[in-house]
Amino acid sequence: MSLANPLQASFAESTARERVLQLLDAGSFTEILGPSARVMSPHLSQLGVPSSFDDGVIVGEGRLGDQAVLVAAQEGEFMGGGVGEVHGAKLVGLFQRALRQRPAAVLVLAESGGVRLHEANAGLIAVSEVMRALLATRAAGIPTLMLIGGANGCFGGMGLVARCADHVVMSDAARLSMSGPEVIESSHGVEEFDAKDRALVWRTTGGKHRYLMGDCDVLVDDQLGAFRAAALQLLGQARPLTLEALEHEHALLAGRLADHGDAADAVDIWRRLGIADAPSVVNLDAAELRLLKHPAQEGAQP
Amino acid sequence: MSIPHGLETLHFSFTGTQPAGRFAPVLVGVVGSGNLEVMIEPLADSGAAGECRLEVSTSARGFAPIWRAVAEDFHARHPLGGVLISINDMGATPAVVNLRLDQAVAQMRSAQP
Repeated sequence: MSLANPLQASFAESTARERVLQLLDAGSFTEILGPSARVMSPHLSQLGVPSSFDDGVIVGEGRLGDQAVLVAAQEGEFMGGGVGEVHGAKLVGLFQRALRQRPAAVLVLAESGGVRLHEANAGLIAVSEVMRALLATRAAGIPTLMLIGGANGCFGGMGLVARCADHVVMSDAARLSMSGPEVIESSHGVEEFDAKDRALVWRTTGGKHRYLMGDCDVLVDDQLGAFRAAALQLLGQARPLTLEALEHEHALLAGRLADHGDAADAVDIWRRLGIADAPSVVNLDAAELRLLKHPAQEGAQP
Repeated sequence: MSIPHGLETLHFSFTGTQPAGRFAPVLVGVVGSGNLEVMIEPLADSGAAGECRLEVSTSARGFAPIWRAVAEDFHARHPLGGVLISINDMGATPAVVNLRLDQAVAQMRSAQP
């Protein structure tokens, strides 16, 4: 990165390692089970697929605004950020460490297509264990933050993990969903969802739509510094995991289906949300969209 | 050792004239399509002159002569001793491999006192 200020660099175009180093206070990161530990996938080499020394996820501890945090970052360029057995175990271990250390937050820089299909059941079990560990961390009152800004988005099992967390931060370049575009197209047909229509894909799963729908709490520009600022503001802010909160969430989802279930496109939903010039949403930057959603709060957010 | 289908492992060893000394392990690159990751670590017990050992795991089988040429070029540019260079490769071209190797050495040196 040759930019004068590396915090202005694109989050999407940085590697997972670069993201961690720029997000945390300079020089504060200590990796756990780093690449020289060679804790690698036991499955990939048997299939003739190259492994990675860190199995595609970096975990460790550091400081953010001089507060202790634990952090994980998935590398989307390795196996699409897919969660395998070791990859998942590193995430689980990080959340279990949080229960002992009680950091100001656990940050997950998620970029993943979901379960790493090469590892089949081991990957599926890994994702469910990550969810359980994340929820245990939340139940202990330790905030969990998902920072989603990679080009591969956050899909499948990791999409579910993301929505289990206290807070979701996204850029407009990021996507968050359960089934990926190709999965929807192959199961429901191209008339239902054309995965090659990039504008459609981003309108439906992108950060702007997620922010307007409330699945994403903070929308930021695609800059490392913007993600850092957003994470700083959310430190120490846990959302109580109560039955009332869950029932409220269920009511919101039921209401969403009732209100928007018949909408053919995200633009229709934005119009129903009261946005007069709904088609223009795709051209707005993060600050303009925050202003659109919360006219009074702009300036208070990163 | 049997080579799993689709993966090939290669080993190269050179005698270096520039002892690398002590340094924290360095990792550059990512195991993605047409890309590779390169890790450089200190090599203990590498002898008086200092061994430079390269261990390559690649999904592109049958390119051992080209890997040897790339490794020899690297050794000519950086005759390092006392280093273990481990590579996970997913079909990177020789030019990309050269760039990653140079990047790893640059990063190793920038972190040294």
